[in-house]
Amino acid sequence: MIQQLFFAYFAVAITVFSLLVVTRKNPVHSVMWMLLLFFHIASLYLFLNAEFMAAIQIIVYAGGILVLFLFAVLLVNIKDEMKISKFIGAAPTGFTFAVGLLVVVIMSIRSFVAAPPGIYSIEVIKQQTHTKALGMLLYTEFLYPFEVASLILLVAIIGAIVLAKRRLKG
Amino acid sequence: MVPLHWYMVLSVVVFAIGVFGFLSRRNIIIMFMSIELMLNAVNINLISMSHYLQDLRGQILAFFVIAVAAAEAAIGLAIVIALFRNKATAHVDEMKEMQG
Repeated sequence: MIQQLFFAYFAVAITVFSLLVVTRKNPVHSVMWMLLLFFHIASLYLFLNAEFMAAIQIIVYAGGILVLFLFAVLLVNIKDEMKISKFIGAAPTGFTFAVGLLVVVIMSIRSFVAAPPGIYSIEVIKQQTHTKALGMLLYTEFLYPFEVASLILLVAIIGAIVLAKRRLKG
Repeated sequence: MVPLHWYMVLSVVVFAIGVFGFLSRRNIIIMFMSIELMLNAVNINLISMSHYLQDLRGQILAFFVIAVAAAEAAIGLAIVIALFRNKATAHVDEMKEMQG
C-alpha cells in the first residue's frame, strides 16, 4: 500500500512537471521545472533499486545537461519571447499525434508478456552491491559498446567546437 | 508491489508529452528539452523493466542512452548557437530557407 502511494506521488509529480516543462512561456521556468523533474526521476530510480543510475541521473542530467540548457536559454531575448505565442500554427496536429501515440501504446501495453527473470535478483545485487554488479557487466560483456560510447563523446566534443566557433576572417 | 504496467504507462505518458512539446513549441531550446524528456521516458521504461525482469542489461542500455543524450545536448546547443549567429532568432517558424 505504502509503495503504491509513493509511486502514485512520483507518477503524478513527473507527469505534472513534464507538462509544465512543455507549456511554460519563459524558457528559464521550463529549465527550472525540468530540474525538479530530473530529481523526481532519480528518486524513481532509487525506488527501483538502481542507485547508481539515480546518481548518474543527477550528475549528468541535473549537473551537466541542464547547465548547458541554461547557458543556451540566456541567448534568448525573454522580453520578445513573452510577447508572441509559444506554440506554432501546427500545434493541434502535434497534440493529435501525441494523443494518438499515447492511446495506441497504452492499448498495446496490455498484450505485454514478461520474459523469464534473469539471474540478477535483488538478493544477488544486494550481496554484490549494485555499482559493482553493473561495473562487472559493463567492463566485460559490454566493453566494446562502452568504448564506442567514449568515441561518441569525443565526436560530440569536436563537433560542438567546430559548430560553435566563429568563422575565421579571410 | 507496484505492477510493471504502471511504470510502462508512466513512461508512455512522459514520452507523449515530449512528442507534443517537440511538435508544437516555437522555441528551439524547448524542442531540445522535449527530446530530453522523451529520452528520460525511455530510461524509466528500461530501468523498471531491468528491475522487474531481474536483468541488469536494461540499466546498461539506459547508461548508454544517458551518454548519447549528453552528446546530443552538446551538439544540439552548438547548432542553436550557430543558428543564432546567422539568424538571431530561436523560433523554428522563422527558419524557412529550405522551403520546407
